[in-house]
Amino acid sequence: MNYRKIRVLIAKPGLDGHDRGAKVVARALRDAGMEVIYTGLRQTPEMIAEAALQEDVDAVGLSILSGAHMALVPRVLELLKANGQERVKVFLGGIVPDEDVSPLLGMGVIGIYGPGTLSDSYINDIRNAVKSTGA
Amino acid sequence: MAVEFGETDLAQRVLAGDRLALARTLSKVENGTVEGKSALNALFPHTGKAHLVGITGAPGTGKSSLVNQLALNYRHPSGEISPRRVAVVAVDPTSPFTGGAILGDRIRMRDRAGDQGVFIRSMATRGSLGGIASATAAVVQVLDAAGFEVILVETVGAGQSEVDIARLAHTTVVVEAPGFGDDIQAIKAGILEIADVLVVNKADLPGVENTERALRGSLDLAHPAPRRVMHHGQVETLAGQEEASTQALTPWAPPILRTVATEGQGIAELVEAIASHRAHLRISGGWEQKERWRLQAELDMLVTSSLVSRFRLSLAPGAYDRVLGKMLERQLSPLQAVEELESLSGMSL
Repeated sequence: MNYRKIRVLIAKPGLDGHDRGAKVVARALRDAGMEVIYTGLRQTPEMIAEAALQEDVDAVGLSILSGAHMALVPRVLELLKANGQERVKVFLGGIVPDEDVSPLLGMGVIGIYGPGTLSDSYINDIRNAVKSTGA
Repeated sequence: MAVEFGETDLAQRVLAGDRLALARTLSKVENGTVEGKSALNALFPHTGKAHLVGITGAPGTGKSSLVNQLALNYRHPSGEISPRRVAVVAVDPTSPFTGGAILGDRIRMRDRAGDQGVFIRSMATRGSLGGIASATAAVVQVLDAAGFEVILVETVGAGQSEVDIARLAHTTVVVEAPGFGDDIQAIKAGILEIADVLVVNKADLPGVENTERALRGSLDLAHPAPRRVMHHGQVETLAGQEEASTQALTPWAPPILRTVATEGQGIAELVEAIASHRAHLRISGGWEQKERWRLQAELDMLVTSSLVSRFRLSLAPGAYDRVLGKMLERQLSPLQAVEELESLSGMSL
C-alpha cells in the first residue's frame, strides 16, 4: 500500500469565535481527497506550529477575522521555519484588507481567500504548491 | 523530492529525540514508502517498552476528551509518581467516496500544546474497517522506539465489532456514556468483550446508574470464562485468562469506572486501573502472551498481503480479469473461481 495524501492543518488563531468559514474550507478539502486536521478555535501561533510539526502537514490554512493577521501570520511563518518546516505552505481565509494582501504574499503566503472564493481555486493552489516541493 | 534526511539518518534522529524526524518518519511509514520501511526495520529492535493503551467506544462518548485528560494526568501525576512521556494516536475515518478525511480529535486535546513530553498524531483509516488504520501498528512502533512510555491509541467512533484495537493494545479501555442503548446492547457480542477497563463517561448525566448496572450485569455473566477471539477464522485464546487460572491467580475482572472527562473527574482512578491491568499482565505472564499474539496478528497480515500480491503476479496477464468476468456472468461461483485461479497459477492456496 503506497499512498501519498496531502495533509492540511486548518486553524483559527487569535480571539474571534466565528469558524463557519474554516469548517467550509475543511469540508471542501476533505471532498478533494485531502486529510484535514482541524484544530478548533483560539489557537496561539505556538499551538499551530506545534500541531503542524506533529502532524507533518503539507499546508496550513489560517482563518482570521479579527484583523490581527499582520501580527499572527508572520509569527506562524517564523515558528514553522524555526521548526524546520519551511516547506509547509501557508494560506489565509477570512477578512484581509486589500492593502495587506501584497505584504502577506511577500512573506510567503501562497494565497488569500476571502468570502465568496470558489473552493476549486484554493484546492488547485494547494495541490500545485505542494506538488512543486515534492516531499 | 527534497531529501531532508539520509535514510539511515532518519531512524537515528528519531532515537535521538528529533521531533521533526519523528513526524516525517510517521508519514513515510503511514505512506508505506521505501524509506519508511527501512526506518521501521532500524527502529524495531528499540520497540517493546511502551504500554499500549487502546481507547474505544461509540462516537460522542467522549474518547478524545478522556485521552486529553489521561495525557494531562500522565504528565502531571499527583504524589510521588514521576511524569511519563505520552504519545497519542487518534484515528478518524476516511471518506469511502473521496478518500479525504477530517481529523478532529485535536480539538479536545489542545491543553497539551507546548509540552515536549506529549506527541499527538492524527491518522485517517484509509479504508480499514476495524476501527484503526492498517498502518496504526507500525506508527505505534515508531513512537515506542522514540521512547514514549505510554501510547494512547484512540479508535474511530466504534460500534459493535470494531475490535482490532484489542489485537494492538496491551490494555483496552471501552468508553460508554449514559443513554446509549438498553441492556440488550450490553449483552451483544463484540466491543464490550474486549474491555480490560470499562468507563462510563459523562457520569454527571442522568441515567448513569442504569448504564452502569447494565454493564455490570453483562460483565458478571461474561467472566471469569476464558476469552477467545476469532482471528482469521481460527479461535485464539486471549492472553492472560487461562494462564492466570493455572497459576492460581485471580483472573482479571474489568473494573467499571465513572468519569466526567470535561471536569477531570475520575481520571486518577482510571490511570490507576490502567496501571493495575499492566501489573496484572506482568505478573500473570499475560504480557508476553499479548506481545506474541500482537506480533503474530501483524505477521499474518503482512504475509497475507505479500502472498496475495505474489499470487496475482504469478498469473498470466488477464487471467484474473477473465475469471472475475466468469463470476460476473454467474458461470463460476466465488469458490469455483478460487479453484480455477489455483489451477491457472500452479500455486496452491
